Amino acid sequence: MLGRSAAAPSARSFESQMSDVITANRLSDGVVVFQTADEGWSEDFNRAAVLADQQATAAALARAKQDEAGNLVVDPYAVPVEERNGHVAPKALREAIRAAGPTNRRDLGKQAMGLAPHSGPRTATEADHVSL
Amino acid sequence: MYHYDNFDAAFVAARVEQFRDQVARRLSGELTEEQFRPHRLMNGLYLQLHSYMLRVAVPYGVLSSRQMRKLAEIARRYDRGYGHFTTRQNIQYNWPALKDTPDILAELASVEMHAIQTSGNCIRNVTADHFSGVAHDEIADPRPYAEILRQWSSLHPEFSFLPRKFKVAVNGAAHDRAVIQAHDIGLQVVRNEAGELGFSVYVGGGLGRTPMIGRRIRDFLPERDLLAYVEAILRVYNLEGRRDNKFKARIKILVHEKGVEALHEAVEAEFAARDPKALDLPAREIERFRAFFALPELEPKKPLSDRVERRKSKDGRFASFCASNVTPHKAPGYVVVTVSLKAIGAPPGDASADQMDAVADLAEDYSHDEVRVSHEQNLILPHVALDDLAAVYDRLASVGLSTPNAGGISDIIACPGLDYCALATARSIPVAQRIAQRFGDGARARAIGPLKIKISGCINACGHHHVGHIGILGLERAGEETYQITLGGSGDEQAAIGQIVGPGFSSENVVEAIETIVDTYVGLRRDEAETFLDAFRRVGVAPFKEALYERSAGSDI
Repeated sequence: MLGRSAAAPSARSFESQMSDVITANRLSDGVVVFQTADEGWSEDFNRAAVLADQQATAAALARAKQDEAGNLVVDPYAVPVEERNGHVAPKALREAIRAAGPTNRRDLGKQAMGLAPHSGPRTATEADHVSL
Repeated sequence: MYHYDNFDAAFVAARVEQFRDQVARRLSGELTEEQFRPHRLMNGLYLQLHSYMLRVAVPYGVLSSRQMRKLAEIARRYDRGYGHFTTRQNIQYNWPALKDTPDILAELASVEMHAIQTSGNCIRNVTADHFSGVAHDEIADPRPYAEILRQWSSLHPEFSFLPRKFKVAVNGAAHDRAVIQAHDIGLQVVRNEAGELGFSVYVGGGLGRTPMIGRRIRDFLPERDLLAYVEAILRVYNLEGRRDNKFKARIKILVHEKGVEALHEAVEAEFAARDPKALDLPAREIERFRAFFALPELEPKKPLSDRVERRKSKDGRFASFCASNVTPHKAPGYVVVTVSLKAIGAPPGDASADQMDAVADLAEDYSHDEVRVSHEQNLILPHVALDDLAAVYDRLASVGLSTPNAGGISDIIACPGLDYCALATARSIPVAQRIAQRFGDGARARAIGPLKIKISGCINACGHHHVGHIGILGLERAGEETYQITLGGSGDEQAAIGQIVGPGFSSENVVEAIETIVDTYVGLRRDEAETFLDAFRRVGVAPFKEALYERSAGSDI
């Protein structure tokens, strides 16, 4: 089982253990994609399968490597996620930007298509940054 | 400017078709990513944070109107309607699809452009002073030498697998606008006592995680020995440069570890052992290249324009533009116009396709069809008649490109940082935007005077922070962005690496810290003529450190 979708978190706390999603870039156009519960790939972080433990992550990554070998995606890796504002979000700023788009251009990237993580800005200071 | 001959055109076209085949084989799975990566990098194609990124070479920063229009067209058709001009005088597209890149390269080839050697461990695009050929303080135009070096180094079989990337810059004026002492090889055009042209040769400059100022190993290299001497340096580096450690593989580390005297001896020995005819540059060949870069025929003009003076007297913003963005041209009655890509609050170096088209039109109408890209991420219209200046300004204003801030506090260099770059550890662009918004381009910025702020989002230092008068380095500590500040760096003929002022600042507080530094400078300068850098060199880091860490709340890290 790949677990549940990032858009529908359970009440269980994420703090007790690490959770991951699997990400990669699509080979043909480089777009950032996330592995889904049906073992496909989505451009939408909110559809990413959340992997509850190391074993699940290892298994999902192995499947992702098969997709890399099958020339669907490039450089798959696991991204630690956490629960924020009732939603799943990447822990690292780098991955939050990757899942949403440039913070200085809200009209670009996934955020421009309504595909950014539902959890909103990662930190208070981020919201203070200029958006053009 | 240089124009491709039949050989160049066939060479670039062949590369496009080779890459088309390589992309097709990658997409079909015939090539793995590991096999494909060196091919895509040799054609300037990276895989970045959000997508692929294509870095297109703008040789020594020179573009024609036709080429600029093509760059705009590519931005519209294959990307997201804009491009990013870089500190290497190149342009980057942030969102191209792999499957489209062969077509993009074919489009570029149709206007004599390519992306060859904008990445990889090879001799990169040669850079030069953005005021080449028009600067009033010029000894000789560096572009012919840069073009000769470019042709010699393109796909050079001996130097396509160097220990690490290799950057060459050429400067032709007394004032160094090409940051040559921060390059692997820096060439400064000089004349000897007999009045002959040649070069002072600097080796081993570089920024990145181990910043070093280049060391001069030749006071005067005759111009005919240019290629032979550069080859000798590269041969020594290729043999002795470290291939065991990526972080110690640049020539600056070889200079440091071997010692500049020993390196100089090795280079001279290699140079002395050369076949004297193999890479000799005859004067007539240099003249042939020089002809490509001849000054256009400029109708003689009066050195003062009543039209400009009248407009200045009634339009303060235009007067500010003239003071900051307009530089004397070597021909009387003409000026060099810097088109700032640093509108207050805009990402440094970004230009929309419409803006690129507007600059191309202006170049065609008023600047003899020529545009330059500066390493400071601005564009230059190099041959504008003084009488046309107001018209050029008005048209720039109509597309948001008349910001009067060139060389000032809001003319900030910033790398793409964590908003785009897979290597970055912190964001650069939003910090630049907030600093520009804090100081603006009005009376306060003018009162502060010339000040170069340079921001990098990681230790690789693409934003040249080490040579910023104020340098800002974005790092990540415990999951948060933190910004380390350096003071007193300089990229000109008195090149210096900035000193770290103390512990870093959070993203939230870094702009406040910059304001404290600037206020401290304004408070201690002798008069308005004493620039930030002059004042820093007089007083040192102590007053700034005290203001940042003792009088105010101090670092929050």
